[in-house]
Amino acid sequence: MTLHTEREEERLSSNRLLRDDTKFASGKIAFFQYLMVAVFLFLLTGFWDLQIRNPEVYQERALQNSIKSIPLLAPRGKILDRDGRVIVDNHSSFSLFLSRESLKMEHLRPIADGLNLDYDSLVARVRKFQKRGAPQYQPIAIKEELTPAELAFVESHKDPETFPELEVIHVQRRLYPKDGLAAHVVGYVGEVSEAELNSPEFARFHQGDVIGKEGIERQYNDILMGVDGQRRVEVDSFGNERRVVVDDEDKDKEAIPGKNLQLTIDLDLQAVAELALENRKGAVVAINPRNGEVLAMASRPAFDPNLFAGRIRSRDWKFLLDNPDHPLLNRAIQAQFAPGSTFKPTMALAGLETGAIDDNFHVVCPGGATFYGHYYHCHATHGGVELHKGIVQSCDVFFYNVGNRLGIDRIAQYANLMGYGHKTGVDLPQEKDGIVPSTQWKIRNFREKWYAGEVISVAIGQGATTVTPIQLASAIGGLAIGGTWYTPHLVSDNPHLPPPRQGNLNPENVKKVIYGMYGVVNEGGTGVRARIPGINVCGKTGSAQLASNAVLKGTKLGQILKDNAWFVGFAPMEAPEIVVAALFEGGVHGQFAAPIVRDVLKAYFDKKVRLGQPRPQFASVVPKLIQAPTVVPPAANPAATPANP
Amino acid sequence: MFLRQLIQQRRRRIPNMASYRSLRDFDWPMIVLACAICALGVLQIFSATHDTDSTGVWWKQIVWVLGGFLVMWIATLIDYHTLLGQVPILYSLSVATLIATDAVGMTAFHSKRWIGTQSLHLQVSEFVKLVIVLLVARYVTELKTEQLELNDLLKLGGLVALPMGLVMIQPDLGTALTYLPVLAVGIFLAGLRWQYAVAILLVAGLMIPIAYHFVLKDYQKERLTGFTDLNQDPKGMGYQVIQSKIAVGSGALWGRGVTKGTQTQGRFLPVASKDFILSAFAEEHGFVGVIVVLGLYFLLLMEIVQNAQTAPDRAGMYICMGIASVFLFHVLVNAGMVVGRMPVTGIPLPLMSYGGSNILAVFLMLGLVNNVRLRRFVN
Repeated sequence: MTLHTEREEERLSSNRLLRDDTKFASGKIAFFQYLMVAVFLFLLTGFWDLQIRNPEVYQERALQNSIKSIPLLAPRGKILDRDGRVIVDNHSSFSLFLSRESLKMEHLRPIADGLNLDYDSLVARVRKFQKRGAPQYQPIAIKEELTPAELAFVESHKDPETFPELEVIHVQRRLYPKDGLAAHVVGYVGEVSEAELNSPEFARFHQGDVIGKEGIERQYNDILMGVDGQRRVEVDSFGNERRVVVDDEDKDKEAIPGKNLQLTIDLDLQAVAELALENRKGAVVAINPRNGEVLAMASRPAFDPNLFAGRIRSRDWKFLLDNPDHPLLNRAIQAQFAPGSTFKPTMALAGLETGAIDDNFHVVCPGGATFYGHYYHCHATHGGVELHKGIVQSCDVFFYNVGNRLGIDRIAQYANLMGYGHKTGVDLPQEKDGIVPSTQWKIRNFREKWYAGEVISVAIGQGATTVTPIQLASAIGGLAIGGTWYTPHLVSDNPHLPPPRQGNLNPENVKKVIYGMYGVVNEGGTGVRARIPGINVCGKTGSAQLASNAVLKGTKLGQILKDNAWFVGFAPMEAPEIVVAALFEGGVHGQFAAPIVRDVLKAYFDKKVRLGQPRPQFASVVPKLIQAPTVVPPAANPAATPANP
Repeated sequence: MFLRQLIQQRRRRIPNMASYRSLRDFDWPMIVLACAICALGVLQIFSATHDTDSTGVWWKQIVWVLGGFLVMWIATLIDYHTLLGQVPILYSLSVATLIATDAVGMTAFHSKRWIGTQSLHLQVSEFVKLVIVLLVARYVTELKTEQLELNDLLKLGGLVALPMGLVMIQPDLGTALTYLPVLAVGIFLAGLRWQYAVAILLVAGLMIPIAYHFVLKDYQKERLTGFTDLNQDPKGMGYQVIQSKIAVGSGALWGRGVTKGTQTQGRFLPVASKDFILSAFAEEHGFVGVIVVLGLYFLLLMEIVQNAQTAPDRAGMYICMGIASVFLFHVLVNAGMVVGRMPVTGIPLPLMSYGGSNILAVFLMLGLVNNVRLRRFVN
């Protein structure tokens, strides 16, 4: 009762604090509840949008955030010589990369300062990558061969607050022989250039790939180059690795190292060939004519391929390019010069095979002869000359007559058969063709008809004729084994090796030519300097004019445009195992190229002795084989022949 | 006179109420809901920090939650009418403490929000929220009219604006803004002429650009503009939202599992145990987990609102509704921020986010709701 009164009092009280008529606001509270429902629906749709409608987008981005690919660079295969000795090796080094995922352009300047890099070229390099649209995970190499000091700089600055883009990667770098040994054969590697990426040969590579640029490195790049792998790790926002990713589809990919490549090159022979050239400008090619294997290939002056192993400094590159001696040129396959008298065996063979000359054919050499109203000199007065003497003494008059009887097209036919005028097909890039002039050749290149008189200078390996050292070695080698020309090659394990070219020559004719070349070395001919006692070395000298001696007489150019010296030799005569061609640019006379060939031949046979294989002892059977009068090689008489044999 | 009446009334009631104010009368569903949310919070704090320097803070959070239950119980002991009676003192104390915080408070993240020592410090503005709730409740309860008059509006507005301003200059825009819904809901429930409503909206519409140019700090502007143009500067303020969206989105339907979310574990997600805890939760528990959490919050809010409906008087109703509005505002702004639909203002998710002040303040509010509930049987 009392309670009731109290409540009555309260209800009547004007003190609204104690009023309990909360019902007045029930509508508004309901409104608040609707508002709550709206708010929660609004929030739920927010989550729905992200989590149900397109979670893939965000999952993808979460992956990009947290998964980092660390490239594992595949080491290139080693290059070995025929005995398995290492010519080109790899060595471990540290390279500095910029990770493009965390790259900030404003960091480039302090990085460049800290590592003594050129800021502008660094920026240009980064821009190049951006323009190319290389995959984002592919880092940019900015410095190779980090020194301990540079490594320390990187380690102390690669934290997330400073330069998180810095990344040191362990790489296998190319290590080439010192002093440019076999530099032209193995070539070099380098980072693929912008221009190369635009060419079809290199289009499959990516910016930053290190590929073979020259020589074997380029020719067999696909074998040597491995497949880069990657390691996928989960990182946190500070770039620290949290764990290795195992449960996603493009997980770790092991790097597949490149395969080793065995060359036919014999390092011993190669070293001798390089040494024999010494500081001369020129080239040496040694081939096994029985299968086309290149045993040595040297070209001088050489370069140091190690300069290219990463990115070549522009100073070094400019020096190599501007050098008047063209050290980058592989003279063994790229130097094209008139063969001079080394062309005479080809002439002799063509003459005999076509019947233009026979055993009875002889001329009298009074020191020159006139053809088509023009007088052509010989370098000496030889008197009566038949084929054998013509080759041994390298009589020009004899071969003028042979050429005149043959005509240009029959010369071209046999020159082509022997491998002149087109690439030998050796497995090196950028081999040159050389020139074998012919009627067709002249029409095609000069839109002019061939004049009969032009054949006279071609007959002694002058005129428009040019050959490369490897062509010469291959041609004479094929002739030496009776007329079968194997494609010269540096890698034997090659299913695409073309079959040898068969000449179907008359063996008697071949023997006659070879016997002539035997005489050159052993019968007091122009090549006596190539003689090796106990081995029947055959050969032919050549002194090729760059310009007519008459024109040059008394001019300063005479010193610069000195005749090139050639020598091509093979041994042993009875069963040729090795043919060596040497080019000595500006060597004046073929006899000065002969010792180079002798050195290589001697090294070849000395090595056989060392390995317990007996030195061939054919000297006593030579006369029987050749079926010619017994010949006793006279003592060396280098003074016997004056200039220009 | 007002105070004396209150005391008299209390004296009168205590003997009658004693039998009812037992533990049994607590809002147990609400407490269970709060417990569930706290548990999920602790789980997520553990997951987000187990691999970091602050590993073990989940244990601290449990201690804070236990402390929260204690203060909740304490908050039920004093009759809310008594508390309402002390509003002038509480209000003055709040303003004084806020001024003290601005003057000598601890500085962290470029703002002075905390008072206390390095090891134990409290964010004063969190507790001022409670005072604002009581202030608004008392003011609108005492109104003699059925609708707010202009002078009431100005007075009440001014009373709320003072602590708001003090918090804003700390600067802490987010917490300052949480005082507004209390005011808004109080005015709305008390009754507002539509003309005034229109006028307030107009003034607010005018004030926002002015405030943007003259009042807001640069980082606050950044947060607001970051909201409107996320992709402009992915590493700036928008970065947080982008990372949060990535985290939420990559959770998809079922989530990536506890301690399996790369955004959370890789610390791409900023403050994954505090402001962005829902983002971390969404990443690791997916949409299903989000429905559960938001569902819990919704039910908890419904409980609070139900207590408002059953409040014995207007004062109790206003208190409960004020608390509901703060709660709803927190959830809206925090969860909205996580999915990129609200600006980054840096206000925590109640009961889940790591942090003592937040936990204690929320439990105090829940205590107030229980306070009202325990006194609903007015016979």
